[in-house]
Amino acid sequence: MKFTEEHEWIRPEDDEDNVVTVGITDHAAEQLGDIVFVELPEEGKTVAKEDECVVIESVKAASEILAPVDGEILEVNPALEENPGLVNEDPLGAGWFFKMRVEDMSALDEFMDEAAYKKFI
Amino acid sequence: MTDLERTPLYDLHVELGGKMVPFAGYELPVQYPLGVMKEHVACRTTAGLFDVSHMGQIVVTHPDGPDAAASALEALMPQDVIGLKPGRQRYGLLLADNGGILDDLMISRRAGDLFLVVNAACKHADLAHLQKGMPGCKVVMIDRALLAIQGPAAEAALEAVAPGVADMSFMDVATVDSPHGDLWVSRSGYTGEDGFEVSVPVAMAEAFARALLAVEGMTPVGLGARDSLRLEAGLCLYGQDIDAHTSPVEANLLWSIQKARRSGGAREGGFPGADRILREIAEGPTRLRVGLTPEGRAPMRAGVELFDDERALGRITSGGFGPSVEHPIAMGYVDIDHAGPGTTLQGALRGRRLPVQVVGLPFRPATYKR
Repeated sequence: MKFTEEHEWIRPEDDEDNVVTVGITDHAAEQLGDIVFVELPEEGKTVAKEDECVVIESVKAASEILAPVDGEILEVNPALEENPGLVNEDPLGAGWFFKMRVEDMSALDEFMDEAAYKKFI
Repeated sequence: MTDLERTPLYDLHVELGGKMVPFAGYELPVQYPLGVMKEHVACRTTAGLFDVSHMGQIVVTHPDGPDAAASALEALMPQDVIGLKPGRQRYGLLLADNGGILDDLMISRRAGDLFLVVNAACKHADLAHLQKGMPGCKVVMIDRALLAIQGPAAEAALEAVAPGVADMSFMDVATVDSPHGDLWVSRSGYTGEDGFEVSVPVAMAEAFARALLAVEGMTPVGLGARDSLRLEAGLCLYGQDIDAHTSPVEANLLWSIQKARRSGGAREGGFPGADRILREIAEGPTRLRVGLTPEGRAPMRAGVELFDDERALGRITSGGFGPSVEHPIAMGYVDIDHAGPGTTLQGALRGRRLPVQVVGLPFRPATYKR
């Protein structure tokens, strides 16, 4: 699992090459506070690194999540429409945002591992 | 960067795990570990404790007594201050010469003076404005802490800590001798809940707050939930929903202008902007502050523009999620022809137009003890 400086986590899928799941860390979820709405990208959409991808609305403010790398959105978390609070409850599990196909997996090399991320926050 | 001020409860906020942020020149807790949503709900179901010591507390006296001070204040605001009985409080507006709102405030008529509570961001300007505009009066900013205790369990909690408040009704004010010093108590607040605002001597403030927090169900509430509570209650935030460019009539605050100051009243006009305001009362304003309910789940916040097809006709001034009503809520100004409840408009959100409905305020009925 990799972590970005924007507090996203990126987890490569075991059973599918070049596919990763993306969410935000527990640190980020805690900073955002109670999340009341998550706007997810369209499935099938092609995104470039740092494209605005997800909008998270907490009771306090709206925040944007950027695509960590170039790729295609394969699937978004359907549970977040009904229950956006999942991002607070289980940010690294049930509160995931989307799965994407990554063009070049070596693009993930620049991101932090868990130990480096813990140091970062 | 200017230095931020701290209230007498700063150390307590930090001890309670408050996330401190700059607000109106002060370091105040935006939330505690419980979080905005649960703090909001606690205030609606049991009781919440708020530190509002950043607000300005101003005492006005006149050598001829409080009636003379009330008369002087009427020259600056469209409220009936002279008719305010001793032991009672009223919402008021300081107006600019063009009828725009310089600040909104609470006015208490006490035995020997008037006691005003004004917004933190405006307090120094208000003080200067009052001193200049009320010749013959002594206008002094008082250094005391101010705490709000709000919610269905507020009465029992405050009565336990400072006996003698239970019989007060909404907008009553009283001075209460307590183990925590002389408390200036009003039965009011800014959440839509029954509750109290209590001015307490600085040296006694922390012990008073700790005594209240020791009462079961009393939850410390930060600025985040204070904002969502007042928004559900349909109450204006100065600088956001009302300012020097909005008139009281446009702001849907006509209820705060008593008959005595309107056309045909005993003391008609005689306040800044009276021509414009009396004309707007007679003819109707061109725009109005309304409640707005986005139809989807996405909150629409301050700054979102409102449309009827291609025509821009207003803008949201406050918006977010209403934890008690459990859906997004907002308020803003719209063209008077589109201000009727039930009108559907479109809000421009991230490049899309999403439906939003004009609704009556408040979003949640108040539970004041009348």
